[in-house]
Amino acid sequence: MSKRIDVKDLNVYYTNFLAVEDVNIEIEAKSVTAFIGPSGCGKSTFLRTLNRMHEVIPGGRVEGEVLLDGDNLYESGVDPVTVRSQIGMVFQRPNPFPTMSIKDNVLAGVKLNNKKISRSDADALVEKSLRGANLWNEVKDRLDKPGSGLSGGQQQRLCIARTIAVKPQVILMDEPCSALDPISTLAIEDLINELKNEFTVVIVTHNMQQAARVSDKTAFFNIAGTGKPGKLIEYAETATIFSNPGVKATEDYVSGRFG
Amino acid sequence: MTTNALRRNGSKGQAGDKIFSGAALGAGILILATLLAVAVFLLIQALPTFMADPTLISGGAGFFSYIYPIVIGTVIAAAIALLIATPVGIAVALFISHYAPRRLASGLGYVIDLLAAIPSVIYGAWGYLVLAPALVPTFQWLSENLGFIPIFAGPASQTGKTILTAGIVLAVMVLPIITSLSREIFLQTPKLHEEASLALGATRWEMITMSVLPFARPGIISAVMLGLGRALGETMAVALVLSTGGLIPSLVKSGNQTIAAEIALNFPEAFGLRLSELIAAGLVLFVITLVVNLIARAIIARHKEFSGAN
Amino acid sequence: MNTLTTNKLPKNPRQQPGRPPVARKRNALSKGHLPRWALPGIAVGSLILGAAGSTLGGFSVVTFAIYTAIIFVVASSTITTLVEGARRGKNALATHLVYAAFLLALIPLASVLYTVLEKGLPGINTHFLFHSMNGITGATDNASVEDGTPVLGGAYHAVIGTLLITLWSSLISVPVGMLTAIYLVEYGKNGPLARGITFFVDVMTGIPSIVAGLFATALFAVLMGPTARMGIVAAVALSVLMIPTVVRSTEEMLKIVPNELREAAYALGVRKWRTIAKVVIPTAISGIASGVTLAIARVIGETAPILVTAGLANNINVNVFGNWMATLPTFIYYQILTPTSPTNVDPSIQRAWAAALLLIVMVMVLNLGARLIASLFAPKKGR
Repeated sequence: MSKRIDVKDLNVYYTNFLAVEDVNIEIEAKSVTAFIGPSGCGKSTFLRTLNRMHEVIPGGRVEGEVLLDGDNLYESGVDPVTVRSQIGMVFQRPNPFPTMSIKDNVLAGVKLNNKKISRSDADALVEKSLRGANLWNEVKDRLDKPGSGLSGGQQQRLCIARTIAVKPQVILMDEPCSALDPISTLAIEDLINELKNEFTVVIVTHNMQQAARVSDKTAFFNIAGTGKPGKLIEYAETATIFSNPGVKATEDYVSGRFG
Repeated sequence: MTTNALRRNGSKGQAGDKIFSGAALGAGILILATLLAVAVFLLIQALPTFMADPTLISGGAGFFSYIYPIVIGTVIAAAIALLIATPVGIAVALFISHYAPRRLASGLGYVIDLLAAIPSVIYGAWGYLVLAPALVPTFQWLSENLGFIPIFAGPASQTGKTILTAGIVLAVMVLPIITSLSREIFLQTPKLHEEASLALGATRWEMITMSVLPFARPGIISAVMLGLGRALGETMAVALVLSTGGLIPSLVKSGNQTIAAEIALNFPEAFGLRLSELIAAGLVLFVITLVVNLIARAIIARHKEFSGAN
Repeated sequence: MNTLTTNKLPKNPRQQPGRPPVARKRNALSKGHLPRWALPGIAVGSLILGAAGSTLGGFSVVTFAIYTAIIFVVASSTITTLVEGARRGKNALATHLVYAAFLLALIPLASVLYTVLEKGLPGINTHFLFHSMNGITGATDNASVEDGTPVLGGAYHAVIGTLLITLWSSLISVPVGMLTAIYLVEYGKNGPLARGITFFVDVMTGIPSIVAGLFATALFAVLMGPTARMGIVAAVALSVLMIPTVVRSTEEMLKIVPNELREAAYALGVRKWRTIAKVVIPTAISGIASGVTLAIARVIGETAPILVTAGLANNINVNVFGNWMATLPTFIYYQILTPTSPTNVDPSIQRAWAAALLLIVMVMVLNLGARLIASLFAPKKGR
């Protein structure tokens, strides 16, 4: 249940402004890939092009190809809704639906799409997804309470449970721990390690130790200056990026000389 | 590239999106169409008046000489209302934003909003049965002591049903509009400006004249203009309170008429050309209030651009 | 009311164990200020002078209050000017005038509410609530005045008319207004059409209610002939007044729904319209409902548009698509302006005030309801 992503010659625009230029990258199935780089280098923008969330922003558009196991996401006739149900996303700030209970939050992807699901299937899906997100033991007694009553870290794991309940091929995570305390962060990092057994995971992070801890491969993005487009500088095994990078800028960044 | 697996479900379910966005767009266009229809239908129904022989119009001297006294009457009533409601409304807004204890402020704001919630016909009834009789002695005093000024020329109305009474009732009705809009703007005054003037040793009133009022001026003007729009178009307060008559300068005698009240009082029995005449009067009112409201909106829009807020 | 006199500098360090009592000394910061008792003192003085002045020319509570207020404002500002200087005198004058303006604004509110209660309560009874004016003539009223029997005739038909016409105008305005707001916030993207609609909604807000009534009449006159007066015409007229309010309040509420929730739903593969219908609107529903309730409260009291659209009826009519219809506001208006019995107007006046009380209760319940909805069903802010 996971697919690989190949990006070919991708340019990302906001209206006429080129935000990310000429990215080529291959992301393996069942692996964790981290995107690192200084603020504003376009790593989050690029991440959002991988499930067509970028075009939700007015003026957002791309040129180039993103292939999910060889199928181009941007081919005409492809419905972004189909793309997003196969490539899920977890956001920077936990955003459970405030009007729904914990259980309904997990089932949101199913219920909002009006898919019929029997009560027993629903209960099974809720338990499986919450277990998958390491949250089951903490919330099993209060599934009908609102999701907004949980702590920040629990809310974020609820959002992950919500995402895996849709059974995607790939999970994109946009700085999932930046709003969390260290203990919650640790819980999410453990979870990411487990998720890669089933899913392809791509994570954007500001925290280089986190990238080193969780990812198999790391991509370093950089920007030449304000107003210039962001670029993929180097993409390699995580160990290589952090111990023996091939590019000077990467070395400067990972050793803390800028960024 | 026919093998793209992502295309399989391509168009399924997209109909819902199209229907929904179409309905939303349709509703928006319906509003535009409605407004256009207001103008067009009023024009169609008013047309016979403009085409008719002037001698057939009420007053026998054409539409212009029929409409201009009641236009002036409308303006007089609205002017009285604004003269009273503007200073009081602004002071009440200041009271709520800068004088009242914090804990009470929002509750007091709600009390003033209650003024806006009371239906106009009840204000009319109150003006007719309570305020007008209560004002008779004041009108008498004004005409006896200040009668040499044309606006207080006697003999004063014995029922109190004068344009001044109607103006006071209108003032009560537009006061909450002016207050709530000004209050919002007063609360938006940058706290730093206020603290800067207080730190210089200014009294509270100096702080208000130095930082709050200059900041809020465009907002106050537009609030007053919106109040004016309401006062010009208000019907029931005038229809019930005013004992109508021809255009006269005195505010304490029976007389004068406003467009809205003219329509309300005569419409139920009107037919034929008279009906068209009243609709034409309505069209005139529509145009006047439209212009006033557009000016108010233009002031707000310009203010927004300059303040950098929003 | 001065900023400096209210600060909390210790006036007199109280005797502490082991320290000799410090002599009472006036705080240097409060020098040159009126002592605390000054303002209450002036107030008492002006009350006495006001009472004295008002007895000169026929005592009444109103003149007493006016004289007292004027004397107090003048005296306290003058004394402050003399003791503390012109700047502080000006400040005191402004402060007192602002307080006076607020009290002045409360007078009409109190007077209206008191009048409606005092004159309306005697007329409220089950006969009034559940009978129409059908068959009530001048002779009926004359008889009840001459024989001292209870006033007959009620506002049942007007209540029914008010509820039906308001219901129909809500049925028209709420969908149109909400969909328009959805277009503006979710689809319009601030393009030319969206800006045009926003502009014309603003224009619509300013349409005088009687013009809205004339429009509906003119519209149905063109469609159905010049004498088409019935409930639905009034409902259309009220919709013209109600739609902009609904658009405005819904728009505001949709705008404050965080974008993150929309993105979360899109990322789950949910279609845009389902996201709007099942995530955005439920999140904003309490605000929307309270806005709609306020819009209803606003139009339920409208009189002028009904006068020119629904005519006047004395009997119960539950069909908005045929025949004339009465509403509470027009009932009040006609009872006052054209009493049923021109020689004995009291029964008509009594019915008018009773109907006014009924109407004001409806409006207040709607207003309070709107507040309750807004506070009770607001989404928990536990983020």
